[in-house]
Amino acid sequence: MKQKLGLAALAVMLACGTASAQQINVKIGVLTDMSSLYSDVGGPGSVVAAKLAIADFTKANPNVKVELISGDHQNKPDIGSQMANQWFDVDKVDLIIDTPNSGVALAVSQVAAAKNKIFIVSGAAASDLTGPKCNANTVHWTYDTWMLANGTGKAIVKTGGDTWFFLTADYAFGHALERDTAAAVEANGGKVVGKVRHPLNTNDFSSFLLQAQASKAKIIGLANAGGDTINSIKQGAEFGIVKGGQKFAGLLVFASDVNALGLQTAQGLTLTETWYWDMNDANRAWTKRWQAERNAPGKFPTMVQAGVYSGITHYLKAVVALKSAADGKAVVAEMKKLPTDDPLFGKGVVRADGRKLHPAYLLEVKAPDESKYPGDFYKVRATIPADEAFRPLKDGNCPLASG
Amino acid sequence: MFEIFGIPSTALFGQLLIGLINGSFYALLSLGLAVIFGMLNIINFSHGAQYMLGAFAAYLLLQYSGLGYWTALIVAPLLVGVTGVIVERLFLQWLYKLDHLYGLLLTFGLALIIEGVARNYFGSAGLPYTVPASLQGGRNLGFMFLPNYRAWVIVASLTVCIATWFVIERTRLGAYLRAATENPSLVRAFGINVPRMITLTYGFGVALAAFAGVMAAPIYNVSPQMGSELIIVVFAVVVIGGMGSILGAIVTGFGLGVIEGLTKVFFPEASNTVIFVIMAIVLLVRPAGLFGRRG
Repeated sequence: MKQKLGLAALAVMLACGTASAQQINVKIGVLTDMSSLYSDVGGPGSVVAAKLAIADFTKANPNVKVELISGDHQNKPDIGSQMANQWFDVDKVDLIIDTPNSGVALAVSQVAAAKNKIFIVSGAAASDLTGPKCNANTVHWTYDTWMLANGTGKAIVKTGGDTWFFLTADYAFGHALERDTAAAVEANGGKVVGKVRHPLNTNDFSSFLLQAQASKAKIIGLANAGGDTINSIKQGAEFGIVKGGQKFAGLLVFASDVNALGLQTAQGLTLTETWYWDMNDANRAWTKRWQAERNAPGKFPTMVQAGVYSGITHYLKAVVALKSAADGKAVVAEMKKLPTDDPLFGKGVVRADGRKLHPAYLLEVKAPDESKYPGDFYKVRATIPADEAFRPLKDGNCPLASG
Repeated sequence: MFEIFGIPSTALFGQLLIGLINGSFYALLSLGLAVIFGMLNIINFSHGAQYMLGAFAAYLLLQYSGLGYWTALIVAPLLVGVTGVIVERLFLQWLYKLDHLYGLLLTFGLALIIEGVARNYFGSAGLPYTVPASLQGGRNLGFMFLPNYRAWVIVASLTVCIATWFVIERTRLGAYLRAATENPSLVRAFGINVPRMITLTYGFGVALAAFAGVMAAPIYNVSPQMGSELIIVVFAVVVIGGMGSILGAIVTGFGLGVIEGLTKVFFPEASNTVIFVIMAIVLLVRPAGLFGRRG
């Protein structure tokens, strides 16, 4: 009798054991800018996007349990990599996602590789993340400087804007964006006549705008982001840049920036994005859910936030396929093997160098009288197919691509 | 056209003028700080947040009451000045006898709270505000295109600076104020309500910050962090000018605007740093600042 009881107990224990083995635990950290210039681009809105992705995925896969944490890297690479170290080592985070600010993203990418964890970049732009600085633990999701440069730069040169002057933010992102755009301009027959590098978070651009005006370039390329871009365009309007016949090319402009400028000032601006909330019904439906969860009916999600949703969805698919999140390299390899498919970015792939491929859209900011409702910002001028939107694999100098 | 260090002279004149315009913002803000420090001995770290509140008040007045720029220029400083009076009555008045550090910490904490609340409700990207219709456009000066609004910024800022200096240094009211900071009990013995005068002085300093905020709204991005980006530079200006020296704040404000403007031509990457380099040098040579009194 005793023996039978013991056997039964053993059987129950084994059953429990297998049940818990099927349960997959994952911990995701949204490392972003919560308090400064990129907090509307990523920030709390990225955390909301992550929550939505997790809710949707765990509904269909109840055996996956996902814990979500978030943190503020304050736009400082040292703080960012320190947090990444702590999250991976102490808090047992499996995936870090988002991370606007290329300086921070490049630092975190190194940490993820050293700890064999995963880093999905949605917020940062430097194309070096899948170029010379690529690694087997990093996936670059939403956009990058090459894609922005190629989309906007090429379109503008083709329509006659063949002389350029750059206003460049003086850090990794600005340099990468300027370099990639200058290459795109020159490859299409244009010429770069000058550039000026300004510190991040500059208040007054009038001095730089005067230099740009004096250069007589047809196009003033803004290789900066957030508040710097807003200040450049706002003060450019004041200094009569556009009235004088010169034009701005916003190389990285988000929906939140257009909102801050107002359509009156921003109208006619050409830009490239990979996701726009008002593009189709799926995006609009997701935007409604995002606004409700974010408790901000007047805000509109950016492509970075949509990218966080899409990236987490694909990551969780790969984890389920492997039944484990432990080996970062293996999960990323699985992510590259599986085709991507989600309601926001549609079908796509993750390439060998970690670059996620999807179409990009050339957009133009509407004039105030063309805009019918809040958030009605853009006209879609062209769709750039996925295989043309991003840098060809062979041009990136990524060691993973050759091997 | 002749050249100076490889830069055409016309371009240089333009940059000098631009520097002067930026200097007027530094002067307006450092003036408020100098008044508050000179009269209250409080290092007002919430000055940047109060500048931001001025710009936000202008936006909100336009958005919800339809009141335009010119009304906002008067109403916003008044509203923000009143919040300053409340802050002084509730918190600051208990700190005058303590070390400077307490006032600094309190106002720094207030600044973080104000900014955090603004970010929570309005986000960080910023709010649209356009140049008033009557000041749109500009004129070609030959060596540069000067937007009308920038010309107005110089005129308004100079007027306010000179008026403030005059009131404090040359009028009876100013004499009372200065006497009250030197020896409050003696001045009180003459029947002057010293605490009320101090409260109103703080309110005035805060209103100056809000005034600068409204002036900035049409040309700078109106965002919660607009103040904290500027305030560090403004503190450097005040330290260079000499803490509490009103004339020092005005002169160094304009002067450093010009130096920063020139840096933007010759070595743009350093334009955010140059003021701090000057601050370090001045502190080494004259620890009390250029216009400060020793002791």
